[in-house]
Amino acid sequence: MDRSERRTLSSITGKVIMALAGLFLVVFLLVHLGINLLLLADDGGRAFTGAATFMATNPVIRIAEVVLFGGFLIHMMFGVGVSIRNRRSRPVRYQHKSKSETSPLSKYMLHSGIIVFIFLVLHFIDFYFIKVGLVAPPAGIERHDFYHRSLLLFADKGYSAVYLVGFLFLGFHLNHAVQAAFQTIGMNHSKYIDGIKVFSMLYAIIVAGGFMTIPLWFILFR
Amino acid sequence: MIFTLKIWRQKNASDKGGLVTYKAEDISPDSSFFEMLDQLNQQLIAKGEDPVAFDHDCREGICGTCSLYINGRPHGPLKGTTTCQLHMRSFRNGETIYVEPWRCGAFPVIKDLIVDRSAFDTIIQAGGYVSVNSGGIPDANTIPVPKLDADTAFDAAACIGCGACVASCPNASAMLFVGAKVSHLALLPQGRVEAEHRVQKMVATMDSLGFGNCSNTYACEAECPKEIAVTNIARMNREFLAAKIFAEKEKQISFTL
Ligand code: HEM
Ligand code: SF4
Ligand code: FES
Repeated sequence: MDRSERRTLSSITGKVIMALAGLFLVVFLLVHLGINLLLLADDGGRAFTGAATFMATNPVIRIAEVVLFGGFLIHMMFGVGVSIRNRRSRPVRYQHKSKSETSPLSKYMLHSGIIVFIFLVLHFIDFYFIKVGLVAPPAGIERHDFYHRSLLLFADKGYSAVYLVGFLFLGFHLNHAVQAAFQTIGMNHSKYIDGIKVFSMLYAIIVAGGFMTIPLWFILFR
Repeated sequence: MIFTLKIWRQKNASDKGGLVTYKAEDISPDSSFFEMLDQLNQQLIAKGEDPVAFDHDCREGICGTCSLYINGRPHGPLKGTTTCQLHMRSFRNGETIYVEPWRCGAFPVIKDLIVDRSAFDTIIQAGGYVSVNSGGIPDANTIPVPKLDADTAFDAAACIGCGACVASCPNASAMLFVGAKVSHLALLPQGRVEAEHRVQKMVATMDSLGFGNCSNTYACEAECPKEIAVTNIARMNREFLAAKIFAEKEKQISFTL
């Protein structure tokens, strides 16, 4: 190990940790989407509030929440770390723009990831900080009343636009991410890889589309 | 045919270098890319200038010595082709052609278009071999190899070590090359014996040389002149993880996780 720095984790292990954290987030998104879609039920928010209360009080979920934050943190730390190392590995860059064919949007994972991160920060301020009491809820809405909080936010066209853009980029991220994660953990085989790629795209469309349906629904039908 | 060439000229490893524009005239569509450069070099020599230095050897697509990043693609516009097998008919008449060396911190430029690829040799020395005791020649077919394994190993063994995968990768990662070498030996019974040690050693060496991390863009597969598939990278990752999780701890060497 002469020419460059010694490292504590090999490149492959680092990427596998990142991919596993990413796949964990992929599962979490499905749960989150399932609960959010209850917002569309025409029951004055009973189903949604029930689910939100369960998520806010169940002890198992409380522990899962810590794991979730850990998952995001690990994924982002490795993502940024890997991206920095990758940039350094080509100190002198080409004069001509690369014309090589690549997997769609795979070169922009850091960019789409950062946009998702910005959205996450807003999301935290809007919901989590209010829930834990760091930020005061808007007038007339109780701290744990996510239903009316959501309705109020979606009534704001600007907020809905930011929300839609955030999820559009999450969709771009996921389209490449899910199939890439399988490749990273070594699950690429001519027998099933085409299936995984289709699954990755469908997952991205369903999750991004699912979340985006909610503000669109409020704009169009309420 | 006529072309405008923008060629990277750099006197030596420490020179800053830059693109220099040349006109190539009277080029036959059937001349190869290198014959075109040879023609240019003859003109430069006649004028008393320094000819363009570039790497080549077999000129028949089997040795892996040639390189060149041509118009944003290693080995030029043709799929599954080395630069030495590329002909000028693959370009438009009057086209401007950018010619640059491979770019990667681990492949420093020596002069003009020639880079030092000994980082690949260092990786091979770390484990890209099978240890055999010298002695009598064993009978053929004493070790049966299933046809499918032989074919898959052969596909991986087609890698000529040119470095186009590194050159095309947005991260300058060497995973396709190392994946091909690891796969080629791991698939055969003779290579299986040292497989666990080999994959750890080769990956550790690759990491130490300053190549980037794979981010699954698959530019390497698209540009590899031997069309090595990225399934070889997945196989290397499987071999690597299995070795990290299940292999016995080695007495002399410890590998980073
Ligand atoms: C809910 C949100 C997210 C999910 C579900 C997710 C999921 C994934 C998955 C599964 C991968 C593939 C890993 C691989 O290449 O093997 C990935 C890659 C990546 N993610 Fe995320 N991610 C999310 C948010 C973020 C955020 C906030 C960042 C911010 C920095 C980020 C940065 C990256 C980067 C840079 C890569 C590419 C890494 C590489 O292969 O070089 N991601 N993501
Ligand atoms: S994998 Fe392909 S591109 Fe990479 S060194 Fe081998 S032959 Fe060249
Ligand atoms: S010169 Fe041998 S492969 Fe091109």
